[in-house]
Amino acid sequence: MHVMKTPPSRTTWIFTALAVLTLLLFMADLAVGAVSIPLREVWAALFKADALTDASTVSAGTVLIVRRIRLIKAAVALLAGMALSVSGLQMQTLFRNPLAGPYVLGISSGASLGVALFILGAPILGLTAHAAVATLGLAGSAWLGAALLLALVALVSRRVKDIMVILILGMMLSSGIGALVQILQYLSHENALKSFVIWTMGSLGDVTVPQLWLLIPAVLIGLALAVAAVKPLNMLLLGEDYARTMGLNVRRSRRLIFLSTVFLAGTVTAFCGPIGFIGLAVPHVARMLFREADHRILIPGAALCGAVVLLLCDIISKGLTLPINSITALLGIPMVIWVVIRHKNIV
Amino acid sequence: MIRLENLRLGYGQRHLLDDASAILPAGSLTALLGRNGSGKSTLLRALIGQERPQGGRIRLNGQPLSDISPERLARTVAFVNTARVRVANLRCKDVVALGRAPYTNWIGRMQAQDEAAVREALTMTGMAAYADRTMDKMSDGECQRIMIARALAQQTPIILLDEPTSFLDLPNRYELGRLLAQLAHEQNKCIFFSTHELDIALALCDAVALIDGQHLHHRPAAELPESGLLEKVFGDSLRLSGIYSNLR
Repeated sequence: MHVMKTPPSRTTWIFTALAVLTLLLFMADLAVGAVSIPLREVWAALFKADALTDASTVSAGTVLIVRRIRLIKAAVALLAGMALSVSGLQMQTLFRNPLAGPYVLGISSGASLGVALFILGAPILGLTAHAAVATLGLAGSAWLGAALLLALVALVSRRVKDIMVILILGMMLSSGIGALVQILQYLSHENALKSFVIWTMGSLGDVTVPQLWLLIPAVLIGLALAVAAVKPLNMLLLGEDYARTMGLNVRRSRRLIFLSTVFLAGTVTAFCGPIGFIGLAVPHVARMLFREADHRILIPGAALCGAVVLLLCDIISKGLTLPINSITALLGIPMVIWVVIRHKNIV
Repeated sequence: MIRLENLRLGYGQRHLLDDASAILPAGSLTALLGRNGSGKSTLLRALIGQERPQGGRIRLNGQPLSDISPERLARTVAFVNTARVRVANLRCKDVVALGRAPYTNWIGRMQAQDEAAVREALTMTGMAAYADRTMDKMSDGECQRIMIARALAQQTPIILLDEPTSFLDLPNRYELGRLLAQLAHEQNKCIFFSTHELDIALALCDAVALIDGQHLHHRPAAELPESGLLEKVFGDSLRLSGIYSNLR
C-alpha cells in the first residue's frame, strides 16, 4: 500500500520499542513466580553452559526452575500472544467486523467439544492410565475438534458467497456445539467435569516440552500463512466485491486465512485452553499504536503487541496467582469497550 | 470497448434481459437507465464476470469475457460500487494504491510506475490534496471520488460504476458526471454507469442504454428525448417531475 523508500521513523520506533519490551517482559516472566529469582541469576541459568554443574553463581534448583518450568511457560505466552493476536486481526479484516476474534468461526467450541469428548470419554475407554496419552490426547482432541469445525465452515463457505452468512453459520455451529458440550458435562462424573472446567479456564503452564515442540512449528506455519495473506487482507479492506474486481481469488484467500487461523488459534487453544480477549483486543491496540491499516505493518505489529500483552498477563497472573483467563478478560474487556466507544469505524 | 451480442440475463426462468446487443466504444460515457429491479446491476455484474449470462456473449476489447482470466480481467475492467469504505487509519492514497493490486507482487510492493499511477489518478480526480486523509474522515462525495481514483489507478480501458451518484447532493452529482465525461473523453476510456438521474444521463453522457422490459435500447443521448422510450419506461412520473418538459 504505502511506500517506504525511507521507512517512517514513527513505525520503526514503535517496532523497536515493542521488540525491546518483549525481551524485557520475557526475562521478567522468567524472574517472577512462586520464588522470585533475580534477573542476574535468570541470565546465568539461561546462558551459562555449565550452570547445572557449577553452582558458584546460581543454584541447581534455580537452573531447573528457569529452564524446565518458567522458560517453557514464557515461550508459550510469547507464542500464544502472537498467534491469537494475528488470527484475531485476520478475522476482523476478513469479516470486516471489529468484534470478530480468533473464536468467531467456532474454533473454541470445536476444541471444547474435542476436549469434552476426550476428558469425559477417556475414563470410560481406560485411556487415562498413561500420563503421556492423557496430555497429548487432550491437546490432540482439541486440535482435531477445532480443525473439524473450521473445515466444516470452510466447506460451507465454498458454496456461500456472503461472508456474513459464514459468520452467522460459525456462531450458530458454536452455540449448537456448546449445547452438546453442556449435555456431556451434565452426564459426566465429578472428577472428569473438574478437569474439563479447568481446561476451559485456560492455562499457559500445562504445556509439556513435547507439546511445545509441536506448538512452535504450528505457530510459525500459521504466521507464515498470515504473511502470505498480507496482500489479500489489504485488498479485503475494501470489501470482497472490490477485492474480486481487482483480481483477488476471494475463496482461495479465505481458505488461506482460515488455514492460518487453525494453525494459530486452533493449536494454541488445544494446548492452553480458550484464552479470551487477546485476539479480540490486541489488533485494536496495534491499529491505534501504528495508526495503520496496512497488514504489512499490522501483522508483525499485532504479533509483537500480542506477545507483550500476554507476557504481561502471565506476570500479573503469577503475581496474583489467578487463572490467566481472568487476567486477559479483566485487561481486555475495558480495552474493547473503550475501542468500540471511541472509534466507531475501526475495520 | 464493450460489445454485447444477443445477451440474455436472468435467474432461472426469470429473464431480465433478452437478446441485448450494443457496442460501447472507447472514449465514450454511457449511462445505464431503467426502473428498480430491471436488471441494471445484473448487467454490470455480468460485465465484471460475476454473473453468468444465460445466453449470448460479452466481448471486452474484442475478447470474449468467458476467455479472460481473472488476472487479465482486473487489468481490463475496473468497478466502482456503492459500498462505503470507511476504514479508520486507511489513507486515501492507500486506497488508490490498492488499485495497483493487479500489477504488484505477492506482498503488494509498489514500484515507481505504480507510485506515478496513484499520483496521476489522485490528480485527475482532483483529490491530490486528500492523499494523506483517512477514509473515515471524508464526505460521501470525496469517498466516491477516491474510489474512482482507485479505478483509474487500475489503468483499465473500461470502467463500470454502479449508481455512483446515489449518495450525492445535486452539485456533487453534476461534478461527478462531468468528471466521468472528462475521463472518458480525455483518457479514451469506455465508461458505463448505472443511474437514476435522467438529467445527468441526458446532459452529460454520449449515449444511454435504457432497459425497457427485457429489451436494451442503446441510443445516442441526444436522440433519446424524441424516441418516446423514456415515456414508455418511466410513464407519468416524467411529466410530474418536470424533467420531460425541460428536455423538450
